[in-house]
Amino acid sequence: MNRLIQDLWYAFRNFLETFGAMQLFLLRILAYSPKTLLTRFRLIAHEIYAIGAMSLVIILICGLFVGMVLGLQGYDTLAQFGAEEGLGTAVALSLLKELGPVLTALLFAGRAGTALAAEIGLMRATDQLSAMELMAVDPIRRVVVPHFLGGVISLPLLTAIFNMVALFGAYIIGVSLMGVDSGAFWSQMRPYVEVADVMEGVVKSIVFGVAVSVLAVFEGYNAYPTAEGVSRATTRTVVISAIVVLILDFMITAILI
Amino acid sequence: MKQTRVVEFGTGMFVLLGFASLFFLILKTTDVQSDLRGETYQVLARFENVGDLKLRAPVTMAGVTIGRVTGITFDSERLDAQVTMRISANFDRIPDDTDASILTAGLIGGQYIGLTPGFSETYLADNSEIQITQSALVLENLIGKFLVKLGGE
Repeated sequence: MNRLIQDLWYAFRNFLETFGAMQLFLLRILAYSPKTLLTRFRLIAHEIYAIGAMSLVIILICGLFVGMVLGLQGYDTLAQFGAEEGLGTAVALSLLKELGPVLTALLFAGRAGTALAAEIGLMRATDQLSAMELMAVDPIRRVVVPHFLGGVISLPLLTAIFNMVALFGAYIIGVSLMGVDSGAFWSQMRPYVEVADVMEGVVKSIVFGVAVSVLAVFEGYNAYPTAEGVSRATTRTVVISAIVVLILDFMITAILI
Repeated sequence: MKQTRVVEFGTGMFVLLGFASLFFLILKTTDVQSDLRGETYQVLARFENVGDLKLRAPVTMAGVTIGRVTGITFDSERLDAQVTMRISANFDRIPDDTDASILTAGLIGGQYIGLTPGFSETYLADNSEIQITQSALVLENLIGKFLVKLGGE
């Protein structure tokens, strides 16, 4: 019994230590961010390409199918109340406020978060980070901050693209297949969707972008310098990202609603 | 050199696409776009009860949207609700004995103000007040009246 409590205490302390280290890491990155944004924009642009533009395919395909599923499910449910015309409203609100930011963040963690963690982790494992330090180049400023900023900038943009594609997916199903009136689909959502709803999605995607990116670079930067260490870092990135995104989503929704 | 050009092109396209999507979403799903453009004039109306009327609700005449509600305040002296609306200056020949009523769009739709024209030769101008108004129908009040009537018989 005593042993169990001790183990639990160690686990808790371990968690707190990692959590605190991550906060400090984030603070350090944020402190360097404004200057990096101005002076090393080229590095960041490259990361936006590698992280954001290269994630477009998965975002486009997943967005389209999520939208089509929403179209089918929404139509089926609304038809029971004879309110098929509300399909546009239902799909737009659920996408903009909830599904768009969360699903994009989860996909982003899987597609880009792992890549970030593996890239930086491998640099750690192959001593490239130490080599930089030896050359008096701060690896945080040269490697970590651009990767982080690339992620933070990319995710909100990806979310917007996801939402747009998903809306069209729902449109294809609702209007072309199920015969909802095209005008009603668009005009019904106007009175019900407010700019604040769109902004709620944007706020969420920015917060998720910060959370997933800092997790990925933190795990990569602190990976054990072995092959196994890198693989563990990537796994942890995906798992913790998923948990953190869903918890943060709940918290932001509770605050903003 | 060629490689960096591709990267730059891809980054630019991606960022552009992202912002375009956001812009599209705001324009297409919300009603910022249908805001009144150009000249407007302000008209006042007092209601006993505005019900569920919200800011930016449409003001219609013969079913056509000609303006929007811009303010709903409670007048503590006269103890009624004062609604201000802006009407597009294209519609400047609305008789000043027009009556304004708060109506509901469909069964579960939002509420809007419907104007029914009068016969006066003088027209509503900026800051003029609509004298004849009809409050929103509140379901509970209707049921109350109905019950009182039932009891009376």
